Amino acid sequence: MTLPTTSDRSGVAALLPAMQAPSPTLLALDSFSVVFPGANGPVPVVRGIDLSLAPGEALGIVGESGCGKSVTWLAALRLLGRGVVTSGEVRLAGEDITRLPERALSRIRGGRIGLIFQDPTSSLNPVQRIGTQLMEVLRLHRGLRGDAAQREALRLLDRVGIADAPRRLRQYPHEFSGGMNQRVMIALALAGEPELLIADEPTTALDATIQAQILDLIRDIRRESGMGLVLISHDIGVVADLCDRVAVMYAGRIVETAATQDLLGRPRHPYTRGLLAALPTLDGPRRRLTPIAGTVPAPDRMPPGCAFAPRCSLAIDECRGETPPLLLAAQDQRAACLRLAETAAAPAAQAPASLGAFA
Amino acid sequence: MTPLLRVDDLARHYPVATASGQKRLLHAVDGISFSLAAGKTLGLVGESGCGKSTTARLVLGLLPATRGHMAFAGKEVSATRDRQWRALRRRMQLVHQDPLAALDRRLPVGEQIVEPLVIHRLEAGAEARRQKALELFEAVGLRPDLFERYPHELSGGQRQRVVLARALILGPELLVCDEPISALDVSVAAQVINLLQDLQARFGMAYLFISHDLKVVRQIADEVAVMYLGRIVEQGPPEALFHAPAHPYTEALVSAVPTLQRGTAERIILRGDPPNPVERPAGCAFHPRCPRAVARCREEAPVLRPTGDGRLAACHLVPVASDANAAAA
Repeated sequence: MTLPTTSDRSGVAALLPAMQAPSPTLLALDSFSVVFPGANGPVPVVRGIDLSLAPGEALGIVGESGCGKSVTWLAALRLLGRGVVTSGEVRLAGEDITRLPERALSRIRGGRIGLIFQDPTSSLNPVQRIGTQLMEVLRLHRGLRGDAAQREALRLLDRVGIADAPRRLRQYPHEFSGGMNQRVMIALALAGEPELLIADEPTTALDATIQAQILDLIRDIRRESGMGLVLISHDIGVVADLCDRVAVMYAGRIVETAATQDLLGRPRHPYTRGLLAALPTLDGPRRRLTPIAGTVPAPDRMPPGCAFAPRCSLAIDECRGETPPLLLAAQDQRAACLRLAETAAAPAAQAPASLGAFA
Repeated sequence: MTPLLRVDDLARHYPVATASGQKRLLHAVDGISFSLAAGKTLGLVGESGCGKSTTARLVLGLLPATRGHMAFAGKEVSATRDRQWRALRRRMQLVHQDPLAALDRRLPVGEQIVEPLVIHRLEAGAEARRQKALELFEAVGLRPDLFERYPHELSGGQRQRVVLARALILGPELLVCDEPISALDVSVAAQVINLLQDLQARFGMAYLFISHDLKVVRQIADEVAVMYLGRIVEQGPPEALFHAPAHPYTEALVSAVPTLQRGTAERIILRGDPPNPVERPAGCAFHPRCPRAVARCREEAPVLRPTGDGRLAACHLVPVASDANAAAA
């Protein structure tokens, strides 16, 4: 992707000087919380998230279902409907977008922030041609019409690796395979020339060889455009593949965040260590898996203190009393755990035998 | 020794109409053969549409085969629902991906575990049946107080345990598991994988384990068969298959797995989608996506043959056993 030339908005341009600044931030979440309405009163689903993303950075969000990894980002972009209450700030290049009126926010969604979801086929309009859907985004976010829009739509389809673009533009989503539809979704996201792409389980519904194609495409586009990426996935492998940094979520909070290599090499939060030990691998000796006992707590039945304590073999009484903040565990690595001293020993992922304490 | 399950040139075709109204045949499973010994696990891997689940339904006699034979403990399996079919169905059970869909939402889970005993008129007396069900409830790691609960009151992992207990109550010799852990979260999936291994060690049944996840299959299988477009393209022990794949499709499949250990540099990216099984390419069905295809691959379909190192591969480029032996000598 090239920087906008025909664009009528100043977002990217305004950002460029900021990129040279000492600690630029593309997007920051500050004490961001999300509360759902429930039959027995409000249910906190996301409980105070602090995160920041530098321009061009790729951040992976991992966690099991129900941990709030998708809800955080949907709520940040106000896509969850009226009953949902959020608090805290979401700052895009310094501006708190939670205060923006709907009109202004809708220009950011699909414009400066692109979104793709797990199931591409249901994200597309089944009764509109691919070309119509692409050109709608180009008109709304870039002000392109007629031939200019058509040319740009062709270029975008070509960019995402869809051959025979002129014919494809006239087709409907049902005439495409799942992998092709995900390419179309990526083209739609790119149409707004986003500074940030939020990809929520973008390859989960796809077959292995198609997943490899899509990951490769996202990597390529990022290399070209310098677009930031938030990749939400339950698959640590997928995240490790694309992301510079990873945040692990559990029960509505971030429990650990670090550079990808550090997180995999020496995870410090017992939950992260547990997740890695529970994964079967393709390489190395075949060993019995070490599952995490129990299940994720329901949001309306959150245990007091650290939400992971009931499943954690390192938990002590203090863990049940207070919610641990994200503490500095090593350089550029934070973990929300009172027992960090106990997890400073041998790297868990590479030496599963040393994980006896987790059994 | 007679294998528990022997499948010989099994095929299932479906008549379909193309967009232009032409009648064509969809070759969902197109002539596969394998055998499975008692107490062992055969993993069946491949992408959607390769025929994995159709194979499961054929093996269980839930779907009539278009061609080929199956023998279970030496007895021919057919899909005719007669006395022999019912007797065989008692000895082989199915566990599939979605436990909520497999359970009756209006019945307490305990009753559902008892039900197969009632259907097959085994274990006289309600109390004896209940005792047996409770035993299995415990064997799959469920607390007895959950026995009277309804499916919606249990977690996904607990539900899959209920499905397992229900499948095991008849003492089957074969369990066909179709993506049994795909709907489960990582930490729970590990619990169920370990449970499957423990149950096999304890009760000695064989598994036909179908999954798209190579890492899970490697964890659990004694032997793996890779399917592409209705046929087996490579078969062998998991370590050999996943560490030194012989068939270019297996190689691409293995390299497509995002792992924590390997980088992305050596990844093989296949072009395009798997072809439509209605328009199976001539020659080797994989040739349009194969990075190594030669002229012969476009004309002549390779057969599955021994490669000399304990596996089978269907590829013109893989040396056959005699060639390999000659080379080694």
